[in-house]
Amino acid sequence: MNEESQKDEITRRDFFLKVSLGLAGIGAMAAAIPIVSALIAPLLEKQNQQWRTVGKLADFQTGTTNLVTFINADPKPYAGVTAKSAAWLRRTDQNDFIAFAANCTHLGCPVRWEKDAHLFMCPCHGGVYYENGNVAAGPPPKPLTRYEVRVYNNEVQLKTAPLPITSINASKNA
Amino acid sequence: MKKYLKKIWNWIDDRTGITENIVPIMKHPVPPKATWAYVFGSAVLFCFILQVITGVALSLLYQPSSKDAYQSLVFITDKAKFGNVLRGIHYFGASAMIILVGIHMMRVYITASYKFPREMNWISGVILLLCTIFMGFTGQLLRWDSNGVWSSVVAAEQLGRTPIIGKYLARLLLGGDTIGGQSLSRFYSYHVFMVPAMIFIFIGIHLYLVIQNGISEPPKAGRLVEPKKYRAWYKNLLKEKGVPFWPNAAWRDVMFSSIVIICIICLAVIFGPPALSGKPDPSVLTTTPKPDWYMVPFFALFALMPHNIESISMLLGPILTVVILFSIPFISNKGERSPLKRPWAVYGVICVTVFVISLLVIGLKAPWSPHFNTKPLPLTAIKSANPDSTIIQGVHLFYSKGCNYCHKINNYGGIDGPDLTTIGNRLSIQELKVRIVNGGKNMPAYGGILTKEDMNNIVAFLKSQN
Repeated sequence: MNEESQKDEITRRDFFLKVSLGLAGIGAMAAAIPIVSALIAPLLEKQNQQWRTVGKLADFQTGTTNLVTFINADPKPYAGVTAKSAAWLRRTDQNDFIAFAANCTHLGCPVRWEKDAHLFMCPCHGGVYYENGNVAAGPPPKPLTRYEVRVYNNEVQLKTAPLPITSINASKNA
Repeated sequence: MKKYLKKIWNWIDDRTGITENIVPIMKHPVPPKATWAYVFGSAVLFCFILQVITGVALSLLYQPSSKDAYQSLVFITDKAKFGNVLRGIHYFGASAMIILVGIHMMRVYITASYKFPREMNWISGVILLLCTIFMGFTGQLLRWDSNGVWSSVVAAEQLGRTPIIGKYLARLLLGGDTIGGQSLSRFYSYHVFMVPAMIFIFIGIHLYLVIQNGISEPPKAGRLVEPKKYRAWYKNLLKEKGVPFWPNAAWRDVMFSSIVIICIICLAVIFGPPALSGKPDPSVLTTTPKPDWYMVPFFALFALMPHNIESISMLLGPILTVVILFSIPFISNKGERSPLKRPWAVYGVICVTVFVISLLVIGLKAPWSPHFNTKPLPLTAIKSANPDSTIIQGVHLFYSKGCNYCHKINNYGGIDGPDLTTIGNRLSIQELKVRIVNGGKNMPAYGGILTKEDMNNIVAFLKSQN
């Protein structure tokens, strides 16, 4: 042994103290991995979206706006009714549809279509949208979000999507 | 027999050290004249214990699953023996806890008890306050009725406004893309395990600090806190004038807390728990989400705040509040404690209280919400005695076009917009048309919605309201 290493020599007690603390650290880290992964599980899951049939083509008259319900992309077996979502579907033409998310862009409350007034109205803070989803009144910062829609084998299908989240830099115009 | 019991007690006492360690804590000297102002903290503690016990009892009957929770709530409310009262106690207990935490905090602030050496008492208290609010919010979600589901959506949307990580926070809260099977499990875990564990820890710290630093003496104007001399002075005060906590000071705590708990139980028996608002089905849209009363001030704030500063307030509001609360004992930890010499502190507390109560009162009324369940205006309620067909058409259109949801005429309708009972006196036909066509900040522009005939009919009706 040279001189330098003798200077750095650690005592038996120091050694065991360091080893025991190190072991405790390793134990805590090892246990933390599955714990943290349960905590952030929603961020680790893969996000798949699905096309869901919401009705037959013939069920929807041109110009009408209808409430359609569908099952979310990846429902858990224990989700019960919470697996469902709803959207406002309008047939604009022979093969054209628009589907509006039912969530107000202000804070996510359920907007309802007032068919005589041709407005979407939110019960929470008085948000109102025109027929095309643009903001008509109240606090919503941007137009209603839309789902993708397609006609497939004479069935109208809607593509599931995450809960529409309004970001901080949303603007009133579509 | 008595001798035998005494022997058993002596053995237990010897092996556990109760007389040696616990009794001195119970009898530790406290400053004299610590009167009724000092009972609120212990009342919060007793409410918390009540919440833990009733919460455990509820968990015997509750199903923490997105699919079945609602049915189990219906069972607890309607079928389980005393289930209704149990839910009621848990609800009113939560309400009492929030009110008493508020009062306790105001008392501590007004009498500046957070000053040296009790800064950490304040900080642990702020953490407990935040935990209490979080418990109130998650507790409302666990009811898992339509209000519970939509309240979690609203919370996710608020988190979603956070720059960059907003979407991830929202996803984390809901447990996925949307509300679903995983959502309730997470809220249950927060409400039943994680946050209560934090509350236990921080109550332990808070109480330890109360023993460590002593209860603050009632303030006296002109008697300043000097950090260098305070501890010695306080020690001397206790030595000369201190009274034992048990029973001299504690009887008030016990009496006040007992009255609070008896009141909670009475309220639960008389009023019962809040009614369930409908199935937790996110595809049912004809629901009007409404939070429990203690969340209503926030709810009202989002309706009344200028819309263009909303996103930034959602982000900065909570952060600033927490930063300010934590920094209070560092902004000033010495000097005057008496509220008589700190008028701005008293003024601040009054302002905050008035602000929160005003928001609560207006939030419970929610004038900004359309009254969807308003009844169509009957012809007997209009001014015109012999309405012609245009006016009659106008009355029908006033309801079907949604005007009635926000405008009141003769006690029919909502209160968001102005009362239009006598609008014919105030506006000319031309002015009426301009308003209806262009709308306003809280009114849609009806120009593109109404036909010319509809417009003429509505205006004819409104003009006849004079």
